[in-house]
Amino acid sequence: MPEQTVARPDSRETVSLSLVGLVLLVLLPLLNVLPADDSWLHLSDFRLNQFGKFLAFGILALGLDLIWGYCGVLSMGQGVFFGLGAYCMGMYLALQIGAESVYGSELPDFMVWTQVKELPLFWYPFKSFVGGFLGAILVPVLFATLFGFLAFRSRIKGVYFAIITQALAFAAWLVFNRNETRLGGTNGLTDFKQLLGFRLSDPSTQRGLYIITVLALVAAYLFCRWIVASRAGNVLIAIRDSESRVTFSGYTPWKYKLFVFVVSAGLAGLAGMLYVPQVGIITPAQIGVLPSLEVVIWVAVGGRGTLIGAVLGAVAVNYGRSVLTNYFPEAWPFILGGLFVVVVTMFPDGLLGMIRKATARKETPAPAIKAEGGTVA
Amino acid sequence: MRRGFVPFSKIVVALFLLILSQGTAVAEQPLASEVAAGASSPIEQALLDITSEDAAVRSTAAALLIAQGDASLLPKLDAIRAEADRATRQALKPVIDLLKNHANLTNAQSDTRRSAAADLVGTGRSEAIVWLEEAATKEPVWWVKYTMEESAQLLRLRAEDHAVRVVAVKKLGELRSQNGLSALKELLEVGTQSGSTDEQRALADAAHASIGQIDAWFWWADAIETFFRGLSLSSILLMMSLGLAIVFGLMGVINMAHGELMMVGAYATFVTQQAFISWLSPEVFDWYFPVALPVAFCSAAAFGWVLEATVIRFLYGRLLETLLATWGVSLILMQAARVYFGDLTAVIAPQALRGGAQVMVGVYLPYNRIFIILLSIVCVLGIYFLLFRSNLGIRVRSVTQNRNMSACLGIPTRKVDSYTFAFASGLAGIAGWALTMVGNVDPGLGQNYIVDAFMVVVTGGVGKLAGTIWASLGIGGLNKLIEPVSGAVYGKVFILVGVILFLQWRPQGLFAAKGRNADA
Repeated sequence: MPEQTVARPDSRETVSLSLVGLVLLVLLPLLNVLPADDSWLHLSDFRLNQFGKFLAFGILALGLDLIWGYCGVLSMGQGVFFGLGAYCMGMYLALQIGAESVYGSELPDFMVWTQVKELPLFWYPFKSFVGGFLGAILVPVLFATLFGFLAFRSRIKGVYFAIITQALAFAAWLVFNRNETRLGGTNGLTDFKQLLGFRLSDPSTQRGLYIITVLALVAAYLFCRWIVASRAGNVLIAIRDSESRVTFSGYTPWKYKLFVFVVSAGLAGLAGMLYVPQVGIITPAQIGVLPSLEVVIWVAVGGRGTLIGAVLGAVAVNYGRSVLTNYFPEAWPFILGGLFVVVVTMFPDGLLGMIRKATARKETPAPAIKAEGGTVA
Repeated sequence: MRRGFVPFSKIVVALFLLILSQGTAVAEQPLASEVAAGASSPIEQALLDITSEDAAVRSTAAALLIAQGDASLLPKLDAIRAEADRATRQALKPVIDLLKNHANLTNAQSDTRRSAAADLVGTGRSEAIVWLEEAATKEPVWWVKYTMEESAQLLRLRAEDHAVRVVAVKKLGELRSQNGLSALKELLEVGTQSGSTDEQRALADAAHASIGQIDAWFWWADAIETFFRGLSLSSILLMMSLGLAIVFGLMGVINMAHGELMMVGAYATFVTQQAFISWLSPEVFDWYFPVALPVAFCSAAAFGWVLEATVIRFLYGRLLETLLATWGVSLILMQAARVYFGDLTAVIAPQALRGGAQVMVGVYLPYNRIFIILLSIVCVLGIYFLLFRSNLGIRVRSVTQNRNMSACLGIPTRKVDSYTFAFASGLAGIAGWALTMVGNVDPGLGQNYIVDAFMVVVTGGVGKLAGTIWASLGIGGLNKLIEPVSGAVYGKVFILVGVILFLQWRPQGLFAAKGRNADA
């Protein structure tokens, strides 16, 4: 196993990152508000909202990068945790519709036409915002704790873990599609009206959500950076590179893995929570096998093992998707599939790796993330 | 059968033409020859009476014709019906139905005989009992014979005579007649109501006993059918996961595109069928299916070979990467199929695989499922011989055990990889070929089974034939066992939970490779 450098942003990168953060946080909303609608500087409400969605995906990608890029554990079920967070927030929003719903009932619409007379018990916590907020983080975290405990303790790793999490995504997708789970079936939860009294259709609300998303992303990034830079972060990387050596040195790898898995699930839940009010709908289609794998491709494209790369990949791939599906709707699966193949076989360092290679000073060779083959036999 | 059928239809047509050409003359005044021959015979008289305007005369005539029960009258009756008014047609309908079904009781096709016997119950005429019983004594096919006896008893159930009905109830119980269940339950209900007569109560008692017999029997029949369905699903999973497991064991490659290679096999079958339809005569159509077998195998193997040479080759030893890259390939293949073939295409099963076998009362096994089970057995045997009794097999096994050592000993490991991967892909193609018999050919074909197939590989342990077989039997069987209780969706969830719990107990799968490999 070749020695691997840990990708940590140097001071120059920190400066440029802060600049990017400022642009995202201040400049884009200002461009949305200040210039006149027909000015070329104007950023439309739609674009800003779309960007907010991409940045929420960025948080999701950060979580996966933490576990895959740093710990070498490929989770193909991130969509499930994302979905759990999104559904928790969605349930709160659905209950906020109240008398504005199509049938004028206090119950969400889908319950009216699936003949549910009373609010199911598990919906009660989501009547309050605090319930929705805490649920969106805690439900994925608790679920990940249980699942991760069972999986890591019995030393399911490598492809086994990947396959098991994929099956999890598949099963979750099946369950959320059912009507009797009282979560809206195939149609999911939608038609939200307000959040804490703010109208969701109002551009200023969406702007506020965008800013919150940027702040959440920055916080998530700093949190991940702190983890990666800590002693635990070193152990994570060591597990990725050679799990058995870590074991022989007296560590208990599965506890570290469980920890990082739970953190990534929490981040996914956070991303889901921010996604729902901005997009206005959550359906089982966001949970299944394919959405979970798309997260993997974002991280791979951006550059795994580099936190910024994950965010970059999420934004780039999604932006590319929104542009390309406009012009060639049928070509997207080809492009996505092609990305998987090309990035994995030819550019294992992703976009960021290429950028760093291009701008690298001579004395600091580009960090290379080659293989996490050490974690599997 | 065809030879008998052709003149019959000719007669009908001829009669039709005759009557048409004669016009109204027939109806108003019968031809001299008919009057001369017919007036004396009561049948001829009835044939005339059935068109009478008097309802009473019509029904007597109908009764006479039914009692006579001669199928040779059918062409004449049909001819009359074509001409007649509504009232006559109504009078004629039961007559024609009965006579037709009576004639069909001795048809050359067993299916026709059976459906005739079943139809006769619907007419509710007691005359049919004798016919049915007579036909039953000569019937060679047990299942048709069973239906005839059952129908006779069902008709007896409507008799006036109490003793006859009691016997019929008991007989239905002995026959384990599912069709009789509703009638028996009715009798039970009537007999248990207050104010029922002694006779009704006696009938209810007998019905109660019979219902118990039937229910017990059908519990077993259900169990057998569930077992069979489980076996059938297991064989599909087995055929899919065999290839996966071999490749995983040999190269450590998780081939996410395996399901799509199966899809390639299915589409190859479809294309072969289309080629037969457009270029060859319909008589040889059924041969498309055997011809499609090598086509499916070869096309899937070719795809696999190209996949190995262009993508997987560069990713050896990087398990998670191969998983992702092959997933990308699967996306591309799926979308290509969707764009090229559209969303839904189906293959017409060859004659021999349509229908099914009624092995016992209440147990019906479709031929296509039996075929798949047999095919998977053949596949397992084939792989067994290839792996354990052939030169390639011994190389595959040695590379699986220790790649470097095998290379040192002069085994061309790259070639072994390449051939094995192509072979495993071809196996997926065969699975796809067989799957066209049980479902549509659509781009999502592979996705339906791939997750379960991976569960099989994980549960069975890496590179162990026996593990794969047991795991697919277990997962397929469990799936079908849970399905009736909890529905297909929760069945899947239970399976996942079951697999995770199982891995707590045996993290390396059912049959773990023995060794001192710390990282295995």
